[in-house]
This record gives sequence, C-alpha cells and structure tokens, in this order.
Amino acid sequence: MPKTYEPISTQTLSSAVTGVTFTSIPQTYTDLVLVINASASTAANAWLSTNLTDVSSLSGTRLYADGTGAGTARTSSGNDFVVFTAYDQVTTTAGNFNAVLNFMSYANTTTNKTIITRSNNASAGVCAAVCMERKTGAITSITIDMVGTGTYSIGSTFTLYGIKAA
Amino acid sequence: MANTYIPIATVTVGSGGSSSIDFTSIPGTYTDLCLLTSIRGNQDNGIIYYVRFNSDGGNNYSYRYILKDSSDPTVVSSSGSAQNKLLLGIVGGATPTASTFSNDMLYIPNYTSSNNKSLSFDSTMENNSTMQWMSLAAGLWSSSSAITSISIFPNTNVWIQHSSATLYGIKNS
Repeated sequence: MPKTYEPISTQTLSSAVTGVTFTSIPQTYTDLVLVINASASTAANAWLSTNLTDVSSLSGTRLYADGTGAGTARTSSGNDFVVFTAYDQVTTTAGNFNAVLNFMSYANTTTNKTIITRSNNASAGVCAAVCMERKTGAITSITIDMVGTGTYSIGSTFTLYGIKAA
Repeated sequence: MANTYIPIATVTVGSGGSSSIDFTSIPGTYTDLCLLTSIRGNQDNGIIYYVRFNSDGGNNYSYRYILKDSSDPTVVSSSGSAQNKLLLGIVGGATPTASTFSNDMLYIPNYTSSNNKSLSFDSTMENNSTMQWMSLAAGLWSSSSAITSISIFPNTNVWIQHSSATLYGIKNS
C-alpha cells in the first residue's frame, strides 16, 4: 500500500509577512491538504490564489455563521477568492484561528480545479467554502495573502500535505 | 519521507454504554490530531456532543457553530464563551432510526503548542427519518498546555453500544 497523507512542506513564520506561498509543488499526489494555524497583526480575512489564477478565473461560494446569524456569499469571475468569510477570522491572538483547505485532483491537466475549505475562529465565526479555479492546468503553487494591510504573525504555521490515491 | 495520519487509539463502546469516550496519554510526537467518531446517545431526539481536554473543567472553552436541524426551516447559529466544556454539535439520541450513528470529524492543529488550541468540527446525523442534523463548529480551548487527553461526552446518559472513536496523529515532518 502506498504511503499517503505525506507532509510536503511546512512554513513556520520567523518574521511577519503579508502572504505565504508554496511553490514547486510536486505533481506526484492526487489531492492536497493545506492546514493553517495563524494569527495576524490586525484581524483580517485571506485571499486564495494559485499559479493558474488570472483576472477572472476564480469563483466560489461561502456558508458562514458568527453565533448570532448565518449567511452565504458568492464570488464569480474573480482574480482571488476571499477564503475566510467576512468575519475577519484571522485574529491577533496566537492559536485562535485554524483552517483546512482541500485541493482536489490538483495535478490533472484536463479539468477545472475545485477547492473545499473549512475555517474556524471561536471568537469570530465559522465558515465552509467551495472555490473553483476555472483552469485546466496543474496547480504548482498556492498563495494565501492577507486581505488589507495586515501581516501574518511570527509563529503562524502553514503545512501542505499530499494525498495519493494509489 | 514520514508516513503520517497514524492511528493512535480506537475506542468502541460496549454493552451498557459509556458516559464518555476518553483518550489519555496522547503522545506529543505529532503536529495535529484528528478524531473521527461514529456515535449516538440514548435519550431524547438529539444529544449534545461535548469535549474536554486534559480534564479541564474551568471556564476555558468557547465555540461558534452553524447547525441545520431537519425539523426547522432555518439555519441556526449559536456561540458560547467562558464555558466549562466545549459544545460542538448535536448527534442522535433515542429517537432516530435504529442502528444509525453520526459521522463527526474533530481536527486540532498544533495540539502541543503553548498557544490557545483552536479546532474544527464537522458533524452529520442522517437517518432517513424526520430528525437529522448537520453542523460546522469552531472551538477554542484557551490553555497553554499541550493536549494530553480528550474526553467526549453527551449532555445526558451515555453513548450507546457500538459508538466508536478513532484518534489519529498527523506529522508535518
């Protein structure tokens, strides 16, 4: 049986940055999982983009709730996707935010790419989202940028795993 | 390259049920923890799924969730802070179709960190009848301690026989 759910790369921030990028992602897996446990200089959301992203290639739908109400939001034909709702989920307290992003069949070169995300902050809100990269190329890099002027704080962790189907 | 998603322990509830499912002496050698449960209580329509870490009964837990109950046309969102246990969702109790259990996933990144522990919880209870639930929850344990034990317990009575839980460890290197 092949090994699966293998760690590809971890970035533990030693300095504050406005975004985190994984490059040269090996094409030898079936799916990818990105696990984030982060905080920021100011509460904010985050943008997802890949090497395939152009001015109108991303669309997606978010389901979210903040403890008092729930809602949905949609983005179409965008050049980025706000992946962590409208609740400024990436807050300033270390450890209080996490997200898990699943990239399905990221290496195939015949179909558009689908990304499913779950993001959590018990003081801000909970969100599930689906995003589509309307491109048939392979994903070789992934970027998670802060929305606005904030930065990810020192100690934030971003880990990319690869999952093999066979 | 490291193999990961390693099973740490599985608990299956036996005859007579159990008031909690407990994982103790969790090794600190992984990066994240993932707990998968298939579970059900034995009273009322639905049962609250509670969690405590390291037997901490202090007011150190908070949550926000979104929940859909098939009997209610609206989606419910709720929150709590400074709780003495972590409320994550609702699973079936005595009423749902027999031999039907929930499916739940609790994911805890950086469980040995000295920062607060935030977690993700997804749950569904489908039983081809009139009562179903699905929920997504964000949870937080405000503690600098590494998680060394996890207890999941219902708000009333017991988890019934055949409820099961498996804890996995995930390494980033």
